Amino acid sequence: MRKPAKKKLIQLYERMVIIRKVEERLMEVFSKGEIPGFIHVCIGQEATPVAVCSWLKDSDYMSNTHRGHGHALAKGIDLNLFMAELFGKKNGFCRGRSGSMHLADRNLGILGANGIVGGGIPIATGAAFAASYKKTGQVTVCFFGEGATNEGTFHESLNIASLRKLPIVYVCENNGWAEFTSQAVHMPIRDVADRASAYNMTGTTVSNKVLDIYKAAGEAIGRARKGEGPTLLEVKSTRWHGHFVGDAQKYRPEEDVKTAKQQDCIADFEKKLVKEKVLSKTEVRKMGESVHKRIETAVEFARESPFPDASELMDDLYA
Amino acid sequence: MKEIRYIRAINEAMKEEMERDENVILIGEDVGVPGGSFGASRGLYDLFGPERVVDTPISEAAITGLAAGAAACGLRPILEIMFMDFMAVCMDGIVNQIAKMRYMFGSQNTVPIVIRTPSGAGLNAGPQHSQSLEAWFAHVPGLKVVMPGTPYDVKGLIKSAVRDDNPVIVVEHKALHALKGSIPEEEYLVPIGKADVKKEGADVTVVTVSKMVHESLKAAEVLAQEGINVEVIDLLTISPWDRETVFSSVGKTHRLVIAHEAVKSFGIGAEISAAVCEEIMDELDAPVMRVGAPYVPVPFSLEKAYLPNYGDIIAAVKKTLERTF
Repeated sequence: MRKPAKKKLIQLYERMVIIRKVEERLMEVFSKGEIPGFIHVCIGQEATPVAVCSWLKDSDYMSNTHRGHGHALAKGIDLNLFMAELFGKKNGFCRGRSGSMHLADRNLGILGANGIVGGGIPIATGAAFAASYKKTGQVTVCFFGEGATNEGTFHESLNIASLRKLPIVYVCENNGWAEFTSQAVHMPIRDVADRASAYNMTGTTVSNKVLDIYKAAGEAIGRARKGEGPTLLEVKSTRWHGHFVGDAQKYRPEEDVKTAKQQDCIADFEKKLVKEKVLSKTEVRKMGESVHKRIETAVEFARESPFPDASELMDDLYA
Repeated sequence: MKEIRYIRAINEAMKEEMERDENVILIGEDVGVPGGSFGASRGLYDLFGPERVVDTPISEAAITGLAAGAAACGLRPILEIMFMDFMAVCMDGIVNQIAKMRYMFGSQNTVPIVIRTPSGAGLNAGPQHSQSLEAWFAHVPGLKVVMPGTPYDVKGLIKSAVRDDNPVIVVEHKALHALKGSIPEEEYLVPIGKADVKKEGADVTVVTVSKMVHESLKAAEVLAQEGINVEVIDLLTISPWDRETVFSSVGKTHRLVIAHEAVKSFGIGAEISAAVCEEIMDELDAPVMRVGAPYVPVPFSLEKAYLPNYGDIIAAVKKTLERTF
């Protein structure tokens, strides 16, 4: 595979920065009580959605999880309307009915984030089935964490996808923590990708470095597009914060958080881009400022947008 | 008109809908070459091939989700779950996903999926292959639930379900599979949400569904000999149920019995009874009576003692006549 062009490298970097800064801003507004319910941020994991989704067309399908802001942003969801949905506003993608945890944008193939661990895996498999049946050439990417690979739906779905050579890539973001418990307590194996062999499927494990993921995802999505069947791609990712915003992570050794932060996928990539003169330090700073402005615009947009009216409560339950 | 068995009517409905629309596919365990464990899909594999008659591994959770994803992406799957008891293995897919995929995503998509499943006791299939669990699904907003009891109704309702843009659960009754009945030669549909008055009467209304329709008609025949004129309403659709037909019948007879095979406690009879009491209490001349199974699992050998039958319906009808307010 060819090395990505300069433009692609910058795009990958910028999208990672957008996700990081959106999540940081969300933590602030959530903590101030502007967003109700609960949210799960993906800080530390930005490289995976960005690298994988950079291979996708708008028409390709994507299914994701409760920790799903990054996937939606990487697939290209409109930032203003994304923010409006998180604020529960009427003009959000799901009319304020999904909030953070079920975000969907069908115009971009975003099938809907899932609040049930493992719940989205068979649905994504069904989307791939439909694409294969209709011979549309669409590929489906299905994101989930390592915790979901202990669910029956994971095993059942991979079995079926491999049997029928469906055009799907299963992407496991292994951040080492399934909610409040570490992987070692849940799984007798280290590499989730090993599970692929049970289904006669290609399984690949890569680091949290964006270009490693980019290369592996490109190969997997290319195979899917050519009709060569599914892949299980595992990224050894990191989770910096708690399961949800507000989770103090008392169950987790401080050293573990420190190690996670040392493997910062954005700082690592930024250093490389500056060193290789793809971006100057000034350009990095300017990009940060421009991203900041876009996020502030989105937050203001969300704040000013109206809530749905109580009269809409029963609307459209049935088609 | 032609004579046809209930199981064959199911088969014809699927065949006709698959011929009509190439987006209609059948997904299930043993539905391919074997033709389904009760023979509902016999011949369909030969007609439509492995792409449209999708024989799956024994993976109820995944095939439910798979059908949901396919339905959200342009197909109209019919999912066969071999026994209604196995729907318990599909519950996340049905309750948390399929029922909510339209409302939760702000109506961005429809979920045109049909889940067909044989319910009921009568074949000595034991506690895990004999249940009637329709009330579970009627309790979840976003689903439709139909429960046909005749060859005519099962064919017409499956065809309507396939054409509906909403998820529809078709609860078949396995003890009715061999039942014969007449259906038109030409195409027809039975509307979802509309009850059918199977027998008119003036004294007591019996609201019933599925196999209990036949027990109710038998009870009505016996009671007629005693001069008691029973109206038998086949609900056909559990959710959304046809309040208008039930309320208008109660407005005429002023007495109501609800009969279903499912366990009586928390069954659909409780909902119908409550709705009648809330909305038209003043029309009632006697307490509403329910007929249903006792609060135990379906036993292997004591099935006859377990199953509610026409005798129970007769007793309930007589009670409503004795216990006037």
